[in-house]
Amino acid sequence: MHPAFSVIFFTTLAGTGQGLFLALFLGQVYDYANPDFELGSAFFANGGAIALAFLTGGLIASIFHLGHPMRGWRAFSQWRTSWLSREVIALPAMMIMTFLYAAAHFIGQPAEVTITIGVIGLIVNLALFICTGMIYACISFIREWATPLTIVNFVLIGAASGFSFAVAYAAVAAPELVNMYGRYAIVLTGAAMIIRAWMLSRNKQLRESQKSTTQTATGFRNPNVRQTSMGLMGGSYNTREFFHGQTEAFIKNIKAIFIIASFVAPIGLLAGGLVTESLILLGAAHLIQYAGLLAERWHFFASANHPQNIYYQSVG
Amino acid sequence: MTQLALIIDLNVCVGCHACVTSCKQWNTSGDAGPLPDDNPYGKDPSGVFFNRVQTFEVGTFPNTETVHFPKSCLHCEDPPCVPVCPTGASHKREEDGIVLVDYDKCIGCKYCSWACPYGAREFDEHSKVMKKCTLCVDRIYDEALPEAERKPACVMACPANARIFGDVHDPDSEASQMVRENHGYSLLPELGTQPANQYLPRANRK
Repeated sequence: MHPAFSVIFFTTLAGTGQGLFLALFLGQVYDYANPDFELGSAFFANGGAIALAFLTGGLIASIFHLGHPMRGWRAFSQWRTSWLSREVIALPAMMIMTFLYAAAHFIGQPAEVTITIGVIGLIVNLALFICTGMIYACISFIREWATPLTIVNFVLIGAASGFSFAVAYAAVAAPELVNMYGRYAIVLTGAAMIIRAWMLSRNKQLRESQKSTTQTATGFRNPNVRQTSMGLMGGSYNTREFFHGQTEAFIKNIKAIFIIASFVAPIGLLAGGLVTESLILLGAAHLIQYAGLLAERWHFFASANHPQNIYYQSVG
Repeated sequence: MTQLALIIDLNVCVGCHACVTSCKQWNTSGDAGPLPDDNPYGKDPSGVFFNRVQTFEVGTFPNTETVHFPKSCLHCEDPPCVPVCPTGASHKREEDGIVLVDYDKCIGCKYCSWACPYGAREFDEHSKVMKKCTLCVDRIYDEALPEAERKPACVMACPANARIFGDVHDPDSEASQMVRENHGYSLLPELGTQPANQYLPRANRK
């Protein structure tokens, strides 16, 4: 597939916002359970506002994917069948819960109120992750995507980038949470790396066992079938939307970049930052991870092999 | 229940592309607006088409055959492009099984084209909506036309009669009979889309 930057920015920004919401709520639970902690409500109010900013950034990015954004309201209607429609409902719901969470802390509501909002937000958060993942996982014939690993990948990567942001945020605003967030960020990033490596090896196996072939696509049973003309010479939507248009070497480089920048480097920087208590290392961990995740998502789209490509193998 | 469809006879398709150009002519002239072309006379021409004729070489030299292979929307009985649409713009008509896009409801998210394994949908970059074969729904019911012409433009244009139009749920239709008697088959049958359009294989001639 041809990776669309609107969707790459949407999934990474919204994922970071969702992960940050998880981190804030966990921080509040820690705060509640530890009598030694005296976190002010400003930490959660400001953090919630930042999470809302990430989600809003994602929403704005997603609008660039639409040909007719002014008709976007229609996308609320088909939630019975369409995961995209469900996501269109879940995203504003998550934004509302994040807003309420931040606002409740801001006006100093008691813990029972903020924790109730947090639990509902947690459920909506998970629903949004599932909707986003299922948009890809539900297309059964794009086999690189059609796996529960896609959803796990979206959850873990969103959580990892949200927690890595929370580490840097806590380093500025709530130092007592830095170690806790740091440990979670390292564990989540490591788990995300394992799942992503699993997906990469699965993709390799899929390439070696094609389900749909030129024979099944055309019905010509002869083992030697070669396209001599795709019926057009100047390119079309079919040749642009479903091919990434890059060389094998480029794809390999992107893979190396995202493995290092999304997973390996952030774990190293987070560990180093926690030991040396360096805000620069902790901040760099998040920034490098976010940049790496843009490459990770690019690779996720580019490595999806659409069966329509069987019909577009030779210009002629 | 009616399921209108095209049956493509690969025995007689000569690859003349008359179905491609007649489709383009009819569908660029209708109420739905043009099927745009970009740089039609320039270096990188590109445009929206509902129908293409591809060519395949089958076999090993010197025993090869050239097979011309028209390809358009197959109006699947279980179309994966329909349930994924977030707005309901992409739909399958109850009355005749035609898969259509309501261009006034389409938000141009392109998700339906990802969910079509055949690449039958093409995005119109000018009107920013997804477009596809309508089986000439604005022709086949037009009572102003003589009854013999109430067929898709591609069927009218084919000089070799390689395209048979009809109701594949009616066992007595010409389309159903052709499928039954000539081993008609589906494209990518393993994906379970149950295409309404079917192809008639080349008969072995010794």
